[in-house]
Amino acid sequence: MTRYVVTRLALMLPTLLTVAVLVFILVRIVPGDIVELRLVSGGSFVTPGVIEAERERLGLNKPLWDQFVAWMVGIFRLDLGLSMWSGNPVAQEIAIRLPLSLQLAVMASLIATAIAIPLGTLAALHRGRWIDQVVQVISVAGLAVPSFWLGILIILLLLGVFGYLPPLTFTPLLDNPRANLAQLIWPALAVGYRYSAVTTRMTRSALLEVLREDYVRTAWAKGLGRQVILRRHALRNALLPVVTVIGLEFAFLIGGLVVTEQVFNLNGVGKLVVEAIGQRDYTLIQGLMLLVALGYLLVNFIVDLLYAWLDPRIAYH
Amino acid sequence: MTAEQVLAERVAAPARRRRHPLARFFRRHPAGAAGLVVILVLMGVALLAPWIAPYDPVANDFRSMFKPPGVSHWAGTDAYGRDVLSRVIFGARTALLIGFGASLLGATIGAVIGVASAYFGGKTDLLVQRLVDVLLSFPIIIVALAIVSIIGTGIDKLIVAIALSFVPRVERVVRGSALAVRAMTYIEAAQAIGAGAWRIIFRHMSPNVVAPYLVMLTASLGQAILLESSLSFLGLGVSEPTPAWGLMLRGAAVDFATRAPWMAVVPGLAITTTVLTFNVLGDALRDALDPRLRT
Repeated sequence: MTRYVVTRLALMLPTLLTVAVLVFILVRIVPGDIVELRLVSGGSFVTPGVIEAERERLGLNKPLWDQFVAWMVGIFRLDLGLSMWSGNPVAQEIAIRLPLSLQLAVMASLIATAIAIPLGTLAALHRGRWIDQVVQVISVAGLAVPSFWLGILIILLLLGVFGYLPPLTFTPLLDNPRANLAQLIWPALAVGYRYSAVTTRMTRSALLEVLREDYVRTAWAKGLGRQVILRRHALRNALLPVVTVIGLEFAFLIGGLVVTEQVFNLNGVGKLVVEAIGQRDYTLIQGLMLLVALGYLLVNFIVDLLYAWLDPRIAYH
Repeated sequence: MTAEQVLAERVAAPARRRRHPLARFFRRHPAGAAGLVVILVLMGVALLAPWIAPYDPVANDFRSMFKPPGVSHWAGTDAYGRDVLSRVIFGARTALLIGFGASLLGATIGAVIGVASAYFGGKTDLLVQRLVDVLLSFPIIIVALAIVSIIGTGIDKLIVAIALSFVPRVERVVRGSALAVRAMTYIEAAQAIGAGAWRIIFRHMSPNVVAPYLVMLTASLGQAILLESSLSFLGLGVSEPTPAWGLMLRGAAVDFATRAPWMAVVPGLAITTTVLTFNVLGDALRDALDPRLRT
């Protein structure tokens, strides 16, 4: 098991390196850099000397190859460089925003699961009947409603009907759980609903498959109660593909956060992505892309480990 | 060839019944058929926008800012006094142009790479698939954002960015089908009579992966429109004053809440309805063309 874990972690390195190389190439091939954008676009007059000095400071005047080597060497020393816009270390820029986004992602994922598993189960048990149809409509709609619009509607509803506006400044969870949750529950709902759709479908189809199994028929034949069969025999075995989907969706939650953090004016990683791209902050973009890739790999890895725990037949060597 | 024609041939070939293939599709997939009708209506609206829209979608009118929905402005006006309904109607053009453009481009590029990768196999295939693996580890919107950061914003660039973000997904699915085709005897026969690689790829393999290609294409349509509205909402897509649904929802949250909630409702409804119908049609088409791709 330990050996498996180590091998898997080691195998992440080549993928991350590919991402690093790819992102660097993609981001740097374009003409026009941040120095011009920041110093010249303001309309103020700057001497070429100032621009050159700034390029020098950010290392943009060096040959591309040298910049690349510096970036790669930095990665191995866990140094992502300095943000070209703010001048702070990239790792720090990300670190101060990560707790918020991570908490939001976990909450959204929990909400999605809390919607998906009961709804999917209900749909499977009432297959083809009106409950099933309603669930299908709910999940199909979830994929079509843009989460930013849902966020706007939630704000409108809270303000218009209840005259309530969620707190606008972020309080860490441990400082004041109430204020923290009062702020984050709404964006988590907006994102969670959207991400529940695929999981609902998966729960329904996985459960339908398991309900056809011989051991479920045996359980019925033994005269076991409906609840026991559902919980002990069916749902547990249907969980495996559902866990995969929840994991994958969690890894992709950053995609939902990118827009939702904007709606709720949350200073998280998603908003940082949009800002970094708007400002052509190369080093920050590179760092963020690495983070997203790392998150995806880690989540996949954890899902694989969960498999072994959920299904004793699966063993890793 | 349009989707319906291909669909018609596919459905008609094995059955040889008298009923028109399109009629069969309508009978078996009523939801998909309804989606098709809604989309045709939407396309009509987009085409006839200048005649349907009551106002000029980009004309400012500072005497009638933030007018609530009423007789003169059915869906109210925005911060510049522009008619919301007219902007939504013209927004259909932007959405459909980008939706169809990006899906066609992305699915086609993806399919060609997928078939080529399957045909050449070996190291080429390995290299391409590892690259695709890397790209698949990013959410689509992140890929699209990254491309936008490189090539910039605007309708044409947005089509390219969204299209490219679809390529890895399409590539993976089409390659799967193409691998099966690759093993067919007629490919060997084509090689034996001296057909070149690209001739085999385009003339012999591509026609046999049309079903997954069309499925991915239609599945991409709703996604492309959703992506366009998200990017425009973030200010990294279509720019003012072009009417676009996502753009109409952008940045005016304070206005929405305090002064003009109607500004938020109609564009959002337009996005949701359009994406929903494209998704429903896509699902129905997938079931009709290639049930194995069902998730």
